[in-house]
Amino acid sequence: MSSEFFIPDPEGQVPSAEGYFGAFGGKFIPEALVAAVDEVAVEYEKAKADPAFVAEFEDRLVNYSGRPSALTEVPRFAEHAGGGRIFLKREDLNHTGSHKINNVLGQALLTKRMGKPRVIAETGAGQHGVATATACALFGLECTVYMGEIDTERQALNVARMRMLGAEVIPVKSGSRTLKDAINEAFRDWVANVDRTHYIFGTAAGPHPFPAMVRDFHRVIGVEARRQILERAGRLPDAAIACVGGGSNALGLFHGFLPDSGVRLIGCEAAGHGVESGEHAASLSAGEPGILHGSRSYLLQDEEGQITEPYSISAGLDYPGIGPEHAYLRDIGRAEYRAVTDDAAMQAFRLLSRTEGIIPAIESAHALAGALEVGRELGKDSLLVVNLSGRGDKDMDTAARYFELYDAAEGESK
Amino acid sequence: MSGNIQLLNDTLAQARAEGRSALIAYVPAGFPTVDGGIEAVKAVLESGADVVEVGLPHSDPVFDGPVIQTADDIALRGGLKIADVMRTVREAHAATGKPILVMTYWNPVDRYGVERFAVELAEAGGAGCILPDLPVQESATWREHAEKQGLATVFVVAPSNKDERLKEITAAGSGFVYAASLMGVTGTRASVGEAAAALVQRTRAATELPVCVGIGVSNGEQAAEVAGFADGVIVGSAFVKALLDAPDEAAGLAAIRTLTAELAKGVRGNV
Ligand SMILES: Cc1ncc(COP(=O)(O)O)c(C=O)c1O
Repeated sequence: MSSEFFIPDPEGQVPSAEGYFGAFGGKFIPEALVAAVDEVAVEYEKAKADPAFVAEFEDRLVNYSGRPSALTEVPRFAEHAGGGRIFLKREDLNHTGSHKINNVLGQALLTKRMGKPRVIAETGAGQHGVATATACALFGLECTVYMGEIDTERQALNVARMRMLGAEVIPVKSGSRTLKDAINEAFRDWVANVDRTHYIFGTAAGPHPFPAMVRDFHRVIGVEARRQILERAGRLPDAAIACVGGGSNALGLFHGFLPDSGVRLIGCEAAGHGVESGEHAASLSAGEPGILHGSRSYLLQDEEGQITEPYSISAGLDYPGIGPEHAYLRDIGRAEYRAVTDDAAMQAFRLLSRTEGIIPAIESAHALAGALEVGRELGKDSLLVVNLSGRGDKDMDTAARYFELYDAAEGESK
Repeated sequence: MSGNIQLLNDTLAQARAEGRSALIAYVPAGFPTVDGGIEAVKAVLESGADVVEVGLPHSDPVFDGPVIQTADDIALRGGLKIADVMRTVREAHAATGKPILVMTYWNPVDRYGVERFAVELAEAGGAGCILPDLPVQESATWREHAEKQGLATVFVVAPSNKDERLKEITAAGSGFVYAASLMGVTGTRASVGEAAAALVQRTRAATELPVCVGIGVSNGEQAAEVAGFADGVIVGSAFVKALLDAPDEAAGLAAIRTLTAELAKGVRGNV
């Protein structure tokens, strides 16, 4: 590998020095955090220009996390998607089971560089929390993870994993008791302990430089996927598809194909019970511009600027905002977004399990459901790359309840 | 220009002329009800507060501790609207003639419409706004409308701010400077800490504006201590806590009157 993951965007100017992607992004934080956030920005700029930092990051990706991740063709699944070809980028095969480890290894190395002994993180599905707890064990850092109380219940396996790794997990009982409230609580911790603490933000949102930095640490996904699909299929795909919570796995994949104007970039948001039901987490499809967690992007909010509670069966997508670069990519027409319901995601979840022997994370199942739609639209000559952002072990309880597996007498489930 | 920035300036100058610190109270709107909130604002202004910051609750008060979060939740669950916040300002100002600011997060103002918000706040007799998550480099549009409407823009400074940044922030501000006594979210603290005195001194070197200290102050003794080095003492969570702990509204109002009187003595150096 080389330092290709940090090559600046071809356009060269997003984000701007102030952290703007067009009209979105920025840095809306209290003064108490300005010095810390600026330090992260300065250190990150130095780090990515430092060959020793880049070499260590890449070494960890290869020798600790197991990169490059496989690109797996899934023909039995693709039969249900119009009969074209579908390849999955297997981020589920990374150490800890999702794409989240890419960003965490980068930020943990940055934490060491800044000389801070303590790390905090928020987590929804628990994958970012597990990855952070893992990196803290690896590098000898103290670790506190904030997690909404509802998520600690639906992702109990990951809570146990984090504690096993030595992290303190704090269930957050305020607000909707999900990801957004975990982020609120992490910011409160950071304001009070900023001298010795780095906040390893888990998605491509938050104040500048987080959206750009998190994206860069995930760029490896798209860089590898582009090379792999050219080798395997001999051409670029018609579309690159990923689920979007805050947007990190999607940006990682998209950036590999950004200059390839023939490749459609498709993000799949969580539509929960349906966008028209009001119970969803589809910030781009149904939100309005506003400021949450340090940047301007699309949000689920009422007419007075109060954030409304999101809903998704998937803890990792159950967030009322979205990273600012996605808002920008949609504005300039480079990326498109669809909303995928709980039911569609769960059908895709079961289909991939049964046709290919791969149990996906429910988050990733939203991308799979999107691929079923897009494949049917494009027909049998289509070639799709789908980011399988994580594995589904953590979701077995939710899935078992959804499909009534606990009650199934024998053999077939619902 | 109809906002009451001048009244705010005069009030703080008057306190300084009396050789004392001003007492600034934070009271959330809509808590426990809109009318109850209005009574609470009036009560603190009648019993010794010089200025009130009316809190416009937010669903995601990232920089507030659990006490103010609880009040915000109660207010929003009660259906509080921005119009109710404006009514709170209008009625409390009309009843007392004292300066009232609004303190809130940026998204509600941005979403409501910056100009609309400034115009309505000025019409209600408001004196200004404190927007802790609106950094100075993002504040030009707000300041333009605030200035046009005669409203102060109070910026928060923190112990971690370098001298250069203090200059930049205070140059853009008006009314007073809100100096956060410590690194942390709102809430009462056992001691206010030395960081506050040092920050006030550094801020004074950067600006002529009065420098008022908030976060952590909950009693007369602490108020007296802070009054020893600051132009104003800002108290918030202690009032909210007194209201939360009271068995009913009347008891809550009595409790905040007592607390205000104690703090008013404190800012005059009598404990
Ligand atoms: C497996 C998996 N995929 C996707 C996401 C969504 O995050 P993002 O949109 O930042 O990729 C999560 C978040 O928890 C996740 O665990």
